[in-house]
Amino acid sequence: MAKRRKLKAKSSARRQRPGPARGPRATRRGAVSLDRENCERFLLHEARLLDEARFDDWLSLFTSDGWYWVPSEPNQDNPHDTVSLIYDDRRLLETRVRRLASPRIYSQEPRSRTSRIIANVSIEESSTHACTVRSKFVMIEYRRESQRLFAGTAFHHLVQADGGIRIASKRVDLVNCDAPLDGIVVPF
Amino acid sequence: MTTAIDDELSRLVAPGRVHRKLYTDPAIFELEMARIFDAAWIYIGHESQVKNPGDYFATQMGRKPVVLVRDADGTVRVIRNQCAHRGALVVATDKGNAPEFTCCYHGWTYHLDGRLKAVPLNHGYPQGFDPKDPKLAMLQVPRVKSYRGFVFASGSNDGPGLEQWLGHMTTSLDDLIDRAPGGEIESAGGVFKHAYDGNWKVYFENLCDAAHPLFTHRSSIEAAQQQSDDVHSDGTGEIAIRQMRQNGAPYSFWESQLGIWTYPNGHSYLGDYHDDSKLVAALKDPVFREYIAALERNKGKAETKRILEVRRWNSNIYPNVSLMSQFQQLRVVHPIAVNRTVVHTYSFRLKGAPEQMFRNTISFANIVNGTGSLVLTDDLEIYNRLDMGMSSEGAEWLQIGRGYQSDVPDTHGGRRGKNSTSEVYIRNMLDAWLGLMTGRQTTPARAAS
Repeated sequence: MAKRRKLKAKSSARRQRPGPARGPRATRRGAVSLDRENCERFLLHEARLLDEARFDDWLSLFTSDGWYWVPSEPNQDNPHDTVSLIYDDRRLLETRVRRLASPRIYSQEPRSRTSRIIANVSIEESSTHACTVRSKFVMIEYRRESQRLFAGTAFHHLVQADGGIRIASKRVDLVNCDAPLDGIVVPF
Repeated sequence: MTTAIDDELSRLVAPGRVHRKLYTDPAIFELEMARIFDAAWIYIGHESQVKNPGDYFATQMGRKPVVLVRDADGTVRVIRNQCAHRGALVVATDKGNAPEFTCCYHGWTYHLDGRLKAVPLNHGYPQGFDPKDPKLAMLQVPRVKSYRGFVFASGSNDGPGLEQWLGHMTTSLDDLIDRAPGGEIESAGGVFKHAYDGNWKVYFENLCDAAHPLFTHRSSIEAAQQQSDDVHSDGTGEIAIRQMRQNGAPYSFWESQLGIWTYPNGHSYLGDYHDDSKLVAALKDPVFREYIAALERNKGKAETKRILEVRRWNSNIYPNVSLMSQFQQLRVVHPIAVNRTVVHTYSFRLKGAPEQMFRNTISFANIVNGTGSLVLTDDLEIYNRLDMGMSSEGAEWLQIGRGYQSDVPDTHGGRRGKNSTSEVYIRNMLDAWLGLMTGRQTTPARAAS
């Protein structure tokens, strides 16, 4: 019975989203191992959710006390003593994602479309149930007849949770974090 | 003296309305750079950005690169960022410390006050060449003056003195400093540089606009109202969400509870609208209690009470700086082109206040001034749309008449709105604009009267 339900869920997911949109899955023994391959697959999954504007699904990748940070300075020490382009604890991240779904979000009228490439994935630190993954990204954002190019380095602190991988924190260092920038609405 | 251009400019500002050309015409923008940004008192920076001799901060005055620097004697200077030799930009980094400035082209070297110090291969110049000629320098901007640490400069030798220019607005600068238990403030916590495709004037025209938050910021107000407070926050999100919820005050509140005051030379401030105990220092929160105790220790109970009763939201000092004295924020407007503007925003640490208060200031800065803020991004969208809309062949005259017939005179030569959503602050800025642009300082106010 349990097995049949699992198969059914799998096939309906396939119908909705063709291609490998899902992140790494738990093995029969339980937790997903945080090796480089699984972490990379997880990052690609995350990027795809963001490109497809599935922000609720993106939010569900974070732990219940997870945070998301885009510093305003290179080598910024912490998000508390210096301003940040974005610094969301879990509560503010939920509000950000809820606003993204609002029909009255004028800064997303028209909506942005994004395309991201994630590469150079490496495990920087790891312990039994957690690791820090460093990756490079390039993101193109198209909105209202113009394209913007963003690039930088992301640091994901990933943990094993709920039989899969979750983001305990994500730091995004833009190469132009201290440049004059037009408004940033779609998360990196 | 009357010229055809001045007459035309005068025709663009009328009682209760303004011609859209003011925001879209490149020729008017060029005139503004010369007649406003090269003449009026322009905010440059805060003395705490250049604490020690040799500390410098490179910025723009209008579109012109200048350097705020503390010289070897400790005097704060504002000098043009141009080598006297062939004209190259000398200081190429935003900030730092240097014993002297050296041009990267041929090595001309300058004292920190801008005087030429040394010229390599100086035997090759003609007989009359004198490195001590005061014109061979990184020239000082004609007038530089600090009001209690806030440094302003004017590109003109003539005109009112700084304090005369600021008039009653010195009280907003005082308010920011008075709030420090230790009597000093320090620029700290980094800078935001947010940009938009639109005219510089629309930025100021939004800062005292009490009629827009409930509409423009609806998406963030509703998202914050729906947010569960049971979800984890390290304090940052809590401050942000409380601020967004405050924006959701009903129209009746925005209409009648704030107050809008304007003063000569284009200045204005909007009264505060906060009643949240975590955001208003006068209310009861453990961090604020500690802060109030520190204020009382240093300034006494009566003075502390007076300070905390000053309740202002944005104070706009025309033409390029706006501050939130109560929340330790300061915004500097940099016009780039008729349809491009960059705004730099700064936070201040109140000396002697609890460290957590500064951290709350940073959280507050992120939500009100952040480039990725849930609130500000909708303002930036409005500025873009103003520019796009005005480039259509739509209505020629923009309506700025709210409160026109009900505004009342105020002390210190000012006018205030009977209603908090009066557009008196826009009309007041346009009167100052017209005065600076045409030199007709004594002309009776056209837009506001």
